[in-house]
Amino acid sequence: MTLFGYRIPMMASLIVWALVWEIVGRMDVIFLIPPMSAILAAGVDLVQTNSWQNATWVTIRSFVIGMALAIGIGVPLGVMMGRVKIIDNIFGLWVNIFVSAPLSALVPVLMILFGMGEATIVVTVFLFAVWIIVLDARAGVMQVPPSLIDMARSYGASQATIMRKIILVSALPEILAGIRIGVIRGVKGVVIGQILVAVIGYGELFELYSRSFDMERFWALTLVLFAAAMVLSALVENAEKRIEYYAGAR
Amino acid sequence: MSVQALSKDEFDPASVVTSDPVVRVETISKHYGTVEALRSIDLQFERGKLTTLLGPSGCGKTTLLKIIAGLVPATSGQIVVNGRAVTGPGPERAFVFQDFALMPWATVLRNVGFGLELKGLAAAERNRIARRYIEEVGLQGFEDKYPHELSGGMRQRVGIARAFAVNADVLLLDEPFSAVDEQNRRKFQEDLLRLVEMERKTFIFVTHSIEEAVYVSDRIVLLSPRPGRVSNIIDPRIDRTADPDDIRRDPGYLDVVEEIWQSLRHYAE
Ligand SMILES: Nc1ncnc2c1ncn2[C@@H]1O[C@H](COP(=O)(O)OP(=O)(O)OP(=O)(O)O)[C@@H](O)[C@H]1O
Ligand SMILES: [Mg+2]
Repeated sequence: MTLFGYRIPMMASLIVWALVWEIVGRMDVIFLIPPMSAILAAGVDLVQTNSWQNATWVTIRSFVIGMALAIGIGVPLGVMMGRVKIIDNIFGLWVNIFVSAPLSALVPVLMILFGMGEATIVVTVFLFAVWIIVLDARAGVMQVPPSLIDMARSYGASQATIMRKIILVSALPEILAGIRIGVIRGVKGVVIGQILVAVIGYGELFELYSRSFDMERFWALTLVLFAAAMVLSALVENAEKRIEYYAGAR
Repeated sequence: MSVQALSKDEFDPASVVTSDPVVRVETISKHYGTVEALRSIDLQFERGKLTTLLGPSGCGKTTLLKIIAGLVPATSGQIVVNGRAVTGPGPERAFVFQDFALMPWATVLRNVGFGLELKGLAAAERNRIARRYIEEVGLQGFEDKYPHELSGGMRQRVGIARAFAVNADVLLLDEPFSAVDEQNRRKFQEDLLRLVEMERKTFIFVTHSIEEAVYVSDRIVLLSPRPGRVSNIIDPRIDRTADPDDIRRDPGYLDVVEEIWQSLRHYAE
């Protein structure tokens, strides 16, 4: 019920804002703001176009590859930082700098390094997402009670077993929280990367629509992106909730 | 009921040789960096007996217990269990942790069977054994509950059942009852005495409560403040066939409590 207690007011306020938008749009004051109904109609139109479908495919592909790298590298690195002091000392400073750095500023450099193509987008997604994943995995591993590790050792568990049966399971809530925030940042990364590179995926479409002053499609595309980001975040949150019963109780 | 205690002047470690020492602590010293936690500890622990380590906070009781468990390496000296020198944890020793050390994501059944799981027993077999010990500590009906659904006392029973389930010869208990209220604590002490009698194992027990130590122990080892050394060994020789309340009123029992209290107070000053 808390779910609904939370969702309903959010939807209600969304509807109010959509109405305000509609009215402002109908008054025709600024060409930047077409009526909401026109945007929605353009959205229905948009998702049927070839260019949108291609752009979406490219976007999803860069996002998935970038996120897979961020999780595949970020979680093990965070876990090792939480367990091994030397590794923590080597990477700790950098991770902390990058987690709050304005990474968009790096994208032009990435373009020089990786070219004006998908590789740059993948790296951007990776760089946006990986740091928080590392930090949260590290935090999760650091909070594992030492007595649980002693307990497993006292019953003869090997280092690998301790990692698998105690440390990773115990750190799972934090690891998932990191991945959820990482996913949100990754969405930002894919959009910002594409807009800055401007020749692939949604970046190309945004470029096209804003240059031709096609504000309806421009906003429709924006809405699609917002919705996608929210759905993704809700999906990971849902996975998180499933294991929350013990995260809250430990 | 006869209660006899060695006085401090009579105490001589060499004279406390035991018939069947399962665990021998041989001149164990431990330094944590510059902190000297233990100095030259020599002790022996017999089968079927419960020995309590008692001493001021920070004197190294947990450290000694963990060295015996093989969880912490000693700086010098060695531990011999069943004739073999200890190099790490082993199946003949089981540890009961002060903070229970239960896995919050696992049910009571899985927690109790975890030692067996790590030994590689099949699920059916380990669950059968785990259920038996869950019953033995009075937790039947709670097999599918999670630790956060249990009281502190019940959680510690899970920890004790887990240690018993692996059928180790030596049980190391670090302040197992410190998170338990007074009524339950007395009940636990009775249960512990029952288990000592039934299981013929070697119990090494740490507590802060002098009364508890005198009540449950066959032997009490008093440790001095840091660096921990053996300062006295007392055999309370309580007649446990008597009623628990009578034991707690017995002058002999009270004398031992008083004697230990005096020597510990001497350290506090
Ligand atoms: N891992 C560690 N690193 C450094 N010093 C430690 C460590 N563990 C214990 N010590 C120190 O060694 C001494 C003995 O600690 P220990 O925990 O064995 O005492 P204790 O007798 O169990 O105390 P308490 O009754 O409070 O539980 C203390 O001074 C403690 O600060
Ligand atoms: Mg202690």
